[in-house]
Amino acid sequence: MKAVLLIILNRLALGVVTLFVVSVLIFAAVNLLPGDFAQAILGQGATEEAVAAIREDLGLNKNPVARYTDWLGGILKGDFGVSFAQANFSSFAGEDASKGGIGSVASQLEPRFKNTLFLAGVSAMIAVPLSLLLGIMAALYRNSVFDRFVNISTLSSISSPEFFLAYVLILFLAVLNPILPSLSNIYAEMTFGDRLHKTLLPALTLTLVVMAHMMRMTRAAIINLLASPYIEMARLKGIKPARVIIFHALPNALAPIINVIALNLAYLVTGVVVVEVVFVYPGIGQLFVDSVKIRDIPVVQACCLVFAAAYILLNLTADIFSILSNPRLRHPK
Amino acid sequence: MDTVAWFLLWVVAIGITGWAFRFAGQKIQWPSDRLNMYFRDMPLMVGIGFMFGLVLLYVVFHYYFIDQSTFFRWAVQGFVIFTVASWLFLTLGKYVGTQATRKIFRQMPLTAAFGILTIIIYAILSIFAGVIAPYGQEEIFEKINVLPGGDPSLGGDPRFPLGTDQLGRDLLSRLIYGGQNTVGIAFITTILAFLIGSSFGFLAATLGGWFDQAVSRIVDALMAIPQLIFALLLLTIATAWAGSNKELITIYMIVIIAVLDSTRVFRLARAVGFNIVVMDYIEAAKLRGENLSYLIFREILPNAYAPLLAEFGLRFCFVFLTIAALSFLGIGIQPPLADWGTMVRDLAQFINFAQFSPHTAALPLMAAGAIALLTVAVNFVVDWMLHKSSGLKD
Repeated sequence: MKAVLLIILNRLALGVVTLFVVSVLIFAAVNLLPGDFAQAILGQGATEEAVAAIREDLGLNKNPVARYTDWLGGILKGDFGVSFAQANFSSFAGEDASKGGIGSVASQLEPRFKNTLFLAGVSAMIAVPLSLLLGIMAALYRNSVFDRFVNISTLSSISSPEFFLAYVLILFLAVLNPILPSLSNIYAEMTFGDRLHKTLLPALTLTLVVMAHMMRMTRAAIINLLASPYIEMARLKGIKPARVIIFHALPNALAPIINVIALNLAYLVTGVVVVEVVFVYPGIGQLFVDSVKIRDIPVVQACCLVFAAAYILLNLTADIFSILSNPRLRHPK
Repeated sequence: MDTVAWFLLWVVAIGITGWAFRFAGQKIQWPSDRLNMYFRDMPLMVGIGFMFGLVLLYVVFHYYFIDQSTFFRWAVQGFVIFTVASWLFLTLGKYVGTQATRKIFRQMPLTAAFGILTIIIYAILSIFAGVIAPYGQEEIFEKINVLPGGDPSLGGDPRFPLGTDQLGRDLLSRLIYGGQNTVGIAFITTILAFLIGSSFGFLAATLGGWFDQAVSRIVDALMAIPQLIFALLLLTIATAWAGSNKELITIYMIVIIAVLDSTRVFRLARAVGFNIVVMDYIEAAKLRGENLSYLIFREILPNAYAPLLAEFGLRFCFVFLTIAALSFLGIGIQPPLADWGTMVRDLAQFINFAQFSPHTAALPLMAAGAIALLTVAVNFVVDWMLHKSSGLKD
């Protein structure tokens, strides 16, 4: 047990180091921008004095290392800085955005991050059980018509671009047969049922995108084990094929399956950008793309960091779970 | 709630009829012994599967002949045409060509034949786009927003079978040129990614030591950020660098995606390279005093050929999809170059007219479907190649 704890702590420390490196990378990339933030906020027709004043305001006169530590220190306290677009807006409204009011990136990020998590959660709720079931059935009836059909259709859905699947679903489920809304305008005061109804179409699209990978992995992991002697033994005892697969093969195939599920959950959190744009879903991906278009650097930076953190965290979880589920990894030589 | 109740009802009904089907099959004395044995050994799920297939066939029949849903008919017709075409292609390949190609075609599944046929068609269309397309991609006509279909009484024009866009450019020509631009740029990017990734990977495998450590750690850091997100961040910076120079943005995009994708190629090339480097013939070559370039190009590369080729297909798909997604988000290939991602975004609103004018609503799906068809085709071919090389039989 102690060894396991040590391994987990080890992985967690590695994750923190990775996150640190990533934050340096993001900061460095953003600072490659020609000119600086001050120029970016004011545009090309800015006077020298105005640029100098803003530079002073944002602390751009300091050297990069000091600015990086300031930025990181702020993030650790939950302060992601001030959005350019909102800073402009709030200066009209007469508020000081730097005090965490309406203009702060954190206040923009929070509700959208929750929305994205909701979307990812709903998709996972549909995709994970369905792909496990289909994967087990495809392994059970391997090389049958059913297996071929599932194989071909999942391979097709995994290789299509998200927006193609999204528009096909919109066409059939929203336009031709108006069952679900094609725009997901979600706001805070919605009931859970309403919210679910509006989220269902993007969630279905994401399900189609991630399901194939999980299902194929489940099938492959189970079939890999079928040649091993203990499965042969179980068959010779006369156990039913379904029981052999579910009670004998599946527990040993869990490690790769858990791994691929966690990887796909990571994809759900980070790969939602295109789907959110198609359905105008108010999530963090939509915010990211909008900020990229108007070059609102603080928001872009913050979104990037949030995405990277979610990605690293889920990969870490995958790592830890696959160690826990496999005794051979639990006791490294 | 109603939908859920109906769904459950159908599931129960299929289950019961599936059981009844098996029961009846076992009770009836079939004339052939094989049929008797088949029903005797049939698991319940297979009986249910038969019934499910029957229901599926009925649904297809219903939508095709009774409901006559236009889009469904197009989908079914497209599916049938492609199946027949790839079957003909497969049969042709079995009897025409050299001994070696005929042997390959004899072992090929229908999906792989479909993939190869589609890739050939795309290659021809993209390379000869200038000859095939009726007009230029930037040519502007005075008639704007001509509806597709080519029927003058419905607002179409026989000169523009797919209509024109809001600026008066012929959409058929743009669709064809879009293939040239999107596929061409994706192809160049993939080759660049492979040049970077595999040369660093093989170098890391042969040199080892600090070089391997340094490059591997850099790649780890780059891979820790989700790819599309990082590409978007870097492209924001690149657009600021490029200013209003549209061509420069496209070039920056190629370089950024190539570098980000080369990390995956590096991982594979390094792993494959390490397996080869420990072989005896490498040791022998080193003892002969061969230099680094001989080792990489003459000894390692020929032996790493097969996995790299399969990876090339997969990488191409990923790069192609990334570029299409970026263009769809408005940050990829820049106008006036025609490309499929941008076309989908520009035409997307027409999908709401599906009930009144199916031809118009099909426009965004056509551009998106063109992307999907190519990636599906490449994936089918790669899947077959991997299956063949892994030697899996079960």
